[in-house]
Amino acid sequence: MITVGVETEGAEALRDFIEAASPEHPSLVDSDHVMERAFGVVNIPNVVWIDEAGVIARPAEPGWGGPQDYPKWLADVLAEAERKAIEAGEQSPYGAGQNRDSYADIVRDWAAKGAESQYALTPNQVIAASQPRDAGQSEAAARFELGADAWRADDRESAFAHWRETHRLDPNNWAYKRQAWSLVGNEAADGGELGRFLQFGIDDSWPFDGDFNRDRAAVEPGDYYPRSADL
Amino acid sequence: MLTDTLDIDAAAFAAGTGWEIKAQGACKGEVCVPLGEGDFDVRNAAERLGMSIVADVNRGRFAIGPASFGGRALVTAEAPDLTLHTLNGNEVRLSQFRGEKVVLVAWAPY
Repeated sequence: MITVGVETEGAEALRDFIEAASPEHPSLVDSDHVMERAFGVVNIPNVVWIDEAGVIARPAEPGWGGPQDYPKWLADVLAEAERKAIEAGEQSPYGAGQNRDSYADIVRDWAAKGAESQYALTPNQVIAASQPRDAGQSEAAARFELGADAWRADDRESAFAHWRETHRLDPNNWAYKRQAWSLVGNEAADGGELGRFLQFGIDDSWPFDGDFNRDRAAVEPGDYYPRSADL
Repeated sequence: MLTDTLDIDAAAFAAGTGWEIKAQGACKGEVCVPLGEGDFDVRNAAERLGMSIVADVNRGRFAIGPASFGGRALVTAEAPDLTLHTLNGNEVRLSQFRGEKVVLVAWAPY
């Protein structure tokens, strides 16, 4: 396993998490969001399988390492969001879609059986199962890069203008949305444990057209982490 | 990829996009897209590959988006040889892991 932290603020933002987990596997930094461009990652977490010959066996899809073992504060936040959704007669926004608890089992199946695993796809299947990408989405990716570049140079207005376009052109790319929202939310919250999860505005200064709550509510349950066609 | 100028050569284009320029055209894995006659020109290549070029005039920067001509994120199942970094800034290339199965997990602190 190789974990890749996809985060514009790079090692500085990832370090505490990685050191707390103290992984025995390589844990790398993707501060340029190359995972989206190279593999078609559209949300986090996403998993890609690559065989011994360097050939992709399953393209980027929602995936988890096992039944979730969140830190208590996060488990409480998620349980509360779940409770509120159910109370309001809605389905859990995090439910449906890909099965979180069984994903690790299919990974183990492939680890044991390789190409003989029913879950390993042929190269043509891999290409066909990868995320759609049109010219507008290519532009969204280009805009995201320009936005991150501007953010790093502290040119906030340029960053926000680019990222608004990114979100407009590729509304299904949650990675581009959550990253941009988290940078502003984290700033507004002055960091802390929850800062990066405050992905919505608390006042008129919010520079985006959407936010996590509004955008998530607009999506069908199951579309946020869509179940892969063969799973 | 990000660049300060569109006057870039084939090597820079390959480093930034993963598309190698060969006699057959722009190639990734087993797929090659003909680029026509003449010297390498990034606008020509981008158009044929369905790559959006966006200029940020104020900041003097350009971004070239990923290829979209095939309608999918992947045009080949051959994994790109990405260069990523460790926490300490050391370079790691995905091709270093050939010979083992790799389960690449993208995660985030948000």
